[in-house]
Amino acid sequence: MNSLNFLKSNKQNFYYFLYLGLFLFSISILDVAINSFLKINVTSFLPGILSIFLPLILGFVGLNFIRTEYSGIKSLDIVNKNINTNNFNAILTLLIIFAIIKATPPSLSWMIFDANISGDTKEACTGTGACWTYVKVWFRRFMYGMYPNDLHWRINLAFILVIALGFFGFFLRDNLKKYLALYYVIIYPIIAFLVIYYLISGGSFGLVWVETGAWGGLSLTFIVSFFCLIFCFPLGMVLALGRRSSLPMIRYISIGYIEFWRGVPLITVLFMSSVMFPMFLPEDFFMDKLVRVIIAITLFEGAYCAEVIRGGLQALPRGQYDAAKSLGMGYWKMHIFVILPQALKLVIPGICNTFLALVKDTPLIFVVGLAELAGMLALAKTNPKWLGFAMEGYIFAAIIFWIICYAMSKYSYNLEAKYKTER
Amino acid sequence: MNNKIKKILPQIITVLFVLGIFGFFTFNAQINMDNRGIDFGFGFLTQESSFDVQFSLIEYSGSHSYARAYLVGLLNTLLVSFISIIFCTILGVIFGVARLSSNYLIRNSAAWYVEFFRNIPLLLQIFFWYYAALRALPVPEKAGPWFGVTYMTIKGYYIPSFIWTNLDIFLYSILAVIVSIIIISTYAKKLQENEGKQTPVFFISLGLIFVLPALTFFIGGVSLDFGIPVLKQLSKTSYVFEGGIGLPPELIALVLALSLYTSTFVAECVRAGIQGIGKGQKEAAASVGLTPNQILKLVVMPQALRIIIPPTTNQYLNLTKNSSLAAAIAYPDLVLVFAGTALMQTGKAIEIVSITMLTYLSISLAIAAIMNWYNKKIEIKEK
Repeated sequence: MNSLNFLKSNKQNFYYFLYLGLFLFSISILDVAINSFLKINVTSFLPGILSIFLPLILGFVGLNFIRTEYSGIKSLDIVNKNINTNNFNAILTLLIIFAIIKATPPSLSWMIFDANISGDTKEACTGTGACWTYVKVWFRRFMYGMYPNDLHWRINLAFILVIALGFFGFFLRDNLKKYLALYYVIIYPIIAFLVIYYLISGGSFGLVWVETGAWGGLSLTFIVSFFCLIFCFPLGMVLALGRRSSLPMIRYISIGYIEFWRGVPLITVLFMSSVMFPMFLPEDFFMDKLVRVIIAITLFEGAYCAEVIRGGLQALPRGQYDAAKSLGMGYWKMHIFVILPQALKLVIPGICNTFLALVKDTPLIFVVGLAELAGMLALAKTNPKWLGFAMEGYIFAAIIFWIICYAMSKYSYNLEAKYKTER
Repeated sequence: MNNKIKKILPQIITVLFVLGIFGFFTFNAQINMDNRGIDFGFGFLTQESSFDVQFSLIEYSGSHSYARAYLVGLLNTLLVSFISIIFCTILGVIFGVARLSSNYLIRNSAAWYVEFFRNIPLLLQIFFWYYAALRALPVPEKAGPWFGVTYMTIKGYYIPSFIWTNLDIFLYSILAVIVSIIIISTYAKKLQENEGKQTPVFFISLGLIFVLPALTFFIGGVSLDFGIPVLKQLSKTSYVFEGGIGLPPELIALVLALSLYTSTFVAECVRAGIQGIGKGQKEAAASVGLTPNQILKLVVMPQALRIIIPPTTNQYLNLTKNSSLAAAIAYPDLVLVFAGTALMQTGKAIEIVSITMLTYLSISLAIAAIMNWYNKKIEIKEK
């Protein structure tokens, strides 16, 4: 593209080029902005195709004028270095800026300016934009499913307790810190299980029994993923040790287990739990659907967990094993006191990622008829009083899931960075 | 002696434990099936299925067998996976490279693209495309053409169909092209190794790809017609498109969601691969006197691909497994047709779920085996 460089600034006319370039560039932006925000096509007097490409051409020429190797003006140099390195980059930059300007007004007006949130019925939604009334009315259902309205405090309380117990470990006194791993791996899951079970399903301590069929919404997503995580962790640990065992039968069984569950999609596992599993149980033995689903996901996710933990075990230097053996430690002593404490610390980011995948997978339980968030959305969407608001519901759910998953992925990324530097 | 027992005893206990669980399950299953009057067996596969499938690649109707229904489902699964893999690779490579761009805007928009689509559950994305986005499309009579001959409507995407005459000659020509390209590239490699001569293999191959199949049109009597979709009025208010191929909206929603979701992971693989090549490699190549194109082709890409391909294949595998989510929006894939409808009709829960799982398992294991073989082949052989 050397032919385009005939109009290049030199030392004498540098500022003319700079101002001209900025002028052209701002005109191009202005044209697109007016076109997009005020819906007036300023250049409509030009022939069709030229009127569309005019801002691009103007902006391109403008950026071409601005581009210099080094000018000494700090902000100009930053611009040139970052978005204006060559003609190709300049065009991409312009296209991205135009796309952002073009997309802003319609999405803003749909989501905010033309949207409705007041009222309690479908009729309140008169604007052309989104109908957030729908989300507002259904909010409790999206969060708690069919759980009775006046008992929602029980779910909230259970979650607050579980989170508080999770942070409890940080405030342990120093002389108790050595039991930290014990607390998180064994005691905490048991307490959390009991808290959730007794508070949410009730049936004792004067609390009304709420059957699991009524559980639902986002809280069910959390319950399922939380239980699956705390159960799949020990399972994964056993399998990971089994896969690295020197005893052939144990190793083959572990490998077979891991490869089997990693090779099938979760949805078939859920189908298995709902139609095939009851056949395998004794005749008069009834198992709740939610429990079956949790068991199925645990078995499935345990295999992934095992691979993550195996990665941690393999990352430990051989010297650690040798040192432990030379102290006369047996297999179990070596693993419990030397290997696992170090390996588990290494795999925390990996476990975090597994948990992230788990949270993203839980909406699947919808296919076996458990109404967590995606299921509640499907239910609300087909409600005759609220037809035609699928978009709002899915955007709402997407935002919620996005915030949760993004926060978790950032957290695990930070953990990874932290442990990398510590070693 | 003591040591031997220590080694054998745990193994025996584990095996007995596993066998015990299996035995317990089989025992219960036997009793349960006896009680319900179901017998175990795969004889149902040859029976008439008597249900219809909306979209199938092979001829199928209710009078065909369950085995045929299985095949229909499997082919639909493979179809949606195949299309999605192509799209997710294209998108993934574009965004993976864009994340390393020197342009601030491009780099960050690519990063936001990845963060956005990666952190929303796939099922929600499928639902979004299917129930929200594609429902906003026009009805057939109001749909304007895209690219002149294709129509995007609420009932699906209608594209022209190909009507071939003498298709076999055309296919033979393609085969001939492939064989000749392989021969030429081996010969060129030999020539370079022995005499140091470089042949423009790429352009020769490109020429062959265009010239040979084109020749069959002029000489071989091959011709191609397009069946263009035409709007047809059924009754006063209902219109359909006839002729051409109609891709159902379920397929489109699935392909969109799967390829957007997986492309973010592919993009990360590509980025990691390119970043994994040390700067020294490029500088060393440049100092030997290679041109930028040669550096990319001979030094950077072969090494980057070694890092990129294994995790990317893993993502393809995940995509294939994730395509089973099709059942949630009633796209007739393996899970819906076989583990859904066929299971409802026959009640053969154990057999059908096992077949379905084994199918996915064998796809996974086959790809894993190929990957292991490939890894062995490309790994750096240190002497």
